[in-house]
Amino acid sequence: MTDPATQEGPVGASHRGEALAIEFRHVTKRYPGQDAPAIDDLSLTVPPGETCCLVGPSGGGKTTAMKLVNRLIEPTSGDILIGGRSVLTYDVTTLRRDIGYVIQQVGLFPHMTIGANIGTIPRLLGWDKERIAERTGRLLDLVRLDRSYAKRYPAQLSGGQQQRIGLARALAADPPVMLMDEPFGALDPITRAEIQDEFLSLENEIRKTVIFVTHDIDEAIKMGDKIAVLRPGGRLAQYGSADELLGDPVDDFVADFVGADRGLKRLSLRSVGELADPGREAPPGAPSVSAGTSLRVGLSVLLAANAEVLEVTKEGRPAGAVTLAEIREAAGS
Amino acid sequence: MSLRLQGPVIPDFGNTSGCKANETFCWDWFADHWDRFAAELVQHVYVSAIAIVIGLVIALPAALVAYRLPRFETPAVVFSTILYTIPVLGFFLLMIPVTGIGLFTIEIALVGYTLLLLFRNTLTGLRSVPPEVRAAALGMGLTPGQILVRITFPLALPAVMAGLRVVTVTTISLATLAAYIAPYGLGQSILFYIGNTFISGLISAGVLAILLALVADALIVGLTRLVTPWARARRGGA
Ligand SMILES: Nc1ncnc2c1ncn2[C@@H]1O[C@H](COP(=O)(O)OP(=O)(O)OP(=O)(O)O)[C@@H](O)[C@H]1O
Ligand SMILES: [Mg+2]
Repeated sequence: MTDPATQEGPVGASHRGEALAIEFRHVTKRYPGQDAPAIDDLSLTVPPGETCCLVGPSGGGKTTAMKLVNRLIEPTSGDILIGGRSVLTYDVTTLRRDIGYVIQQVGLFPHMTIGANIGTIPRLLGWDKERIAERTGRLLDLVRLDRSYAKRYPAQLSGGQQQRIGLARALAADPPVMLMDEPFGALDPITRAEIQDEFLSLENEIRKTVIFVTHDIDEAIKMGDKIAVLRPGGRLAQYGSADELLGDPVDDFVADFVGADRGLKRLSLRSVGELADPGREAPPGAPSVSAGTSLRVGLSVLLAANAEVLEVTKEGRPAGAVTLAEIREAAGS
Repeated sequence: MSLRLQGPVIPDFGNTSGCKANETFCWDWFADHWDRFAAELVQHVYVSAIAIVIGLVIALPAALVAYRLPRFETPAVVFSTILYTIPVLGFFLLMIPVTGIGLFTIEIALVGYTLLLLFRNTLTGLRSVPPEVRAAALGMGLTPGQILVRITFPLALPAVMAGLRVVTVTTISLATLAAYIAPYGLGQSILFYIGNTFISGLISAGVLAILLALVADALIVGLTRLVTPWARARRGGA
């Protein structure tokens, strides 16, 4: 699927508009004058169109790993490939213009209007004026800001609005790859949840391969198709889906990192509908929830009703049942 | 002729006069001498303008060098501070044996006073670019040259303009002293009329110099608004 904001199709470099895999191959980064590497023999592949959340303690090398992709930092050894081609073989400027880049502090250009901010890379790529204006409008729609915002200056926007513009600016030239370094880290919890949801729905429309750095495991669970946990010293502790990390952490470090409540977190990932046995009938008087409810909420309903069996309904009609024991098993701890 | 008996002579007066010798300001006299003041005013403008333009031409690149090579900053500040602190008349007299009596000497002295403020303000402006703005620009794929031209320069502009404003007003007032060296600007009339008890001449030259400074200041304020529309943008306003 291509970005609906560029229905005219891919532009610029031949691969614009289609998602590409990102592959780290035995990447090590040692900063000059430091004994310990910041990234130590990192190998992982983010499949095309997926979002990989990089999590880990502060100083774990998340930002370093991300900056290796657009060559803000050069690796000491190893290689990074985008769509099978080494980033080291690209001209840096071309490479960076093909990669959307979003940082926590946003970094909008204060002297440019929102429209000019979003149009920065398209202008450098030589798009004509109408096309840039058209694109800017669509991107404002995409991040749910009124098109009239194009004429404002960054100082006239709230923090959440600024970060939306940061996103729109990164998406402007329809890059196949996005790098996001704690993009929502500076926002208040409500705005943050809102933008997270918007980014998720936006991701469904635009297929991008995303590396998303965060130190918030809950955010990683919410945003990531896959999660890579880095331990101090920049070594990969575990790489897998949220369910794998929560259900089967490889060691105490990962178990600690995902949290003592990982069983509950895991339950939030699945709905009662997925677990319900459609053939089973709940006993009379059993508490009842709809199929889309998360297992976590189902569990709390069961506990509140002091019951063993939960009735699952679809569109108001009984559609099976889930037992407390099954939920316990799904929590996997 | 009767005037001579009553008090001091009204200088350079033409044929007709409604002026009295002890009058504070006599419009007739001023109107009669307008040509002279206009000529001096024009000189004053270009004597000042040349100094300011040369000051910019030297200070802006110097600030850019200091921005790129910080070790250049201290010598540049020391040099321009020395120039800035020499009393202007002393400076003029100091330069005469070297550069002679003329416009050249005047400009060297005036330029010397512009450098410190222009250099320091420009450097401050260049350094005021928020690091995250630079980081975002670099990460998005702007080249260092594009960052300088599209980001750093425009963001330094408010500080440069603030410096230019002060420098312009200062230069216009310092330029009144240029007449001590060579016959340029409104300083000529000031020197000429300063001993006279008929004070219309002194007032004319003085007020014109002040008006010139005020007008130049207003122009620069207007220009600043024009080139930095974003600087006034605040939430809720435009
Ligand atoms: N430019 C640099 N020069 C030298 N050392 C650096 C540089 N950048 C990062 N480091 C070091 O490399 C290690 C990893 O830093 P990095 O910024 O990648 O961590 P991070 O996981 O992003 O941390 P945080 O969650 O605090 O952002 C740290 O020990 C840091 O001190
Ligand atoms: Mg970081």
